[in-house]
Amino acid sequence: MGKSSVDTSLSPASLGGATRGDALDFVALMKPRVMSLVVFTAFVGLVLAPGPLHPVLAVAALVTIAAGAGASGALNMWYDADIDALMTRTARRPIPAGRIARGDALGFGATVAAGSVVALGILVDWLAAGLLAFTIGFYLFVYTMWLKRRTPQNIVIGGAAGALPPVVGWAAASGTLGVEPLILFLIVFLWTPSHFWALALYRAGDYMRAGVPMLPVVAGKDETRRQILIYSLALVAVSLAPQWAGLAGIVYSVFAGLLGAGYLFAAGRVFARREGEAADQAARALFRYSIVYLFGIFLALLADQGLGLSSLVPRGGMWGA
Amino acid sequence: MTQLDDEEIRRRRSRSIAIALILGALVVLFYIVTMVRMSGGIAERAL
Repeated sequence: MGKSSVDTSLSPASLGGATRGDALDFVALMKPRVMSLVVFTAFVGLVLAPGPLHPVLAVAALVTIAAGAGASGALNMWYDADIDALMTRTARRPIPAGRIARGDALGFGATVAAGSVVALGILVDWLAAGLLAFTIGFYLFVYTMWLKRRTPQNIVIGGAAGALPPVVGWAAASGTLGVEPLILFLIVFLWTPSHFWALALYRAGDYMRAGVPMLPVVAGKDETRRQILIYSLALVAVSLAPQWAGLAGIVYSVFAGLLGAGYLFAAGRVFARREGEAADQAARALFRYSIVYLFGIFLALLADQGLGLSSLVPRGGMWGA
Repeated sequence: MTQLDDEEIRRRRSRSIAIALILGALVVLFYIVTMVRMSGGIAERAL
């Protein structure tokens, strides 16, 4: 399913006309809601990483990571403008709505992407800058251009891009990598499929119209519900790993267990309710809860570390020395 | 040359102001980070 097979219905302004939007349209182009989650997970990576980081450098790291995430969003909207115009959820985005010209979105995204990577490298750390460049490149070239229109595994593999910000934050603070940031990566990576498939369950018509092979469109809704349950189980299991790795204490694990129980309940309801409005409601509930869940997990990690609750249990985890 | 109406001029002005503010903020950020790096942790050293 190539890009050329997708019909477009873009307005003239978005195809070749002038940009007519104001500054806020460029903010919208950067997907601010996604940016906020990226910044928050990157911040938690910064805080959990070993070694002190000067507050000014921490702010510089977060600003540049946010800019990189925003650039990814802009480049995604540039490439996907044709299918965005066909989906109810995305039709009002700045390019399909004709407020920003497609070429301007590309120029803006590319400039901010390059600037964010160079600034992160100069101001904070080049390992972190390299990871940010990899994240932006992976999101644009691997997810957006290659996988999204070709395979129902698009968001599984592409989810790696969304899972990297806490690793970038960790690298910015410590200049190193290790098993701990890998656990943060895995939490977001395993969270992504159930989050997006819950959305795809009640937006399947949108994706079908746009020719995007999301799992419910290609494999059916029952298979999607089964996969959601499998990924949810894996997610909840991995969410308990931070204590084992010495990243958090028992207080975090209790919160993670409670949040995970809620996640499994919501995923189980999606699995059980397969017909009519009840099925859509269950999918919507899981989608909304998944956002609260990820925020809650990283907030619990932050609180555990920030309030020193980790010191209540032996360093190295409850099985550690 | 394309004639712009009042609304288009307002939007272009808002874009220009945003670019100016971002560039100004970047100058300030680079300046402060340079000061922090040059200080070499002087503020944290014991007297």
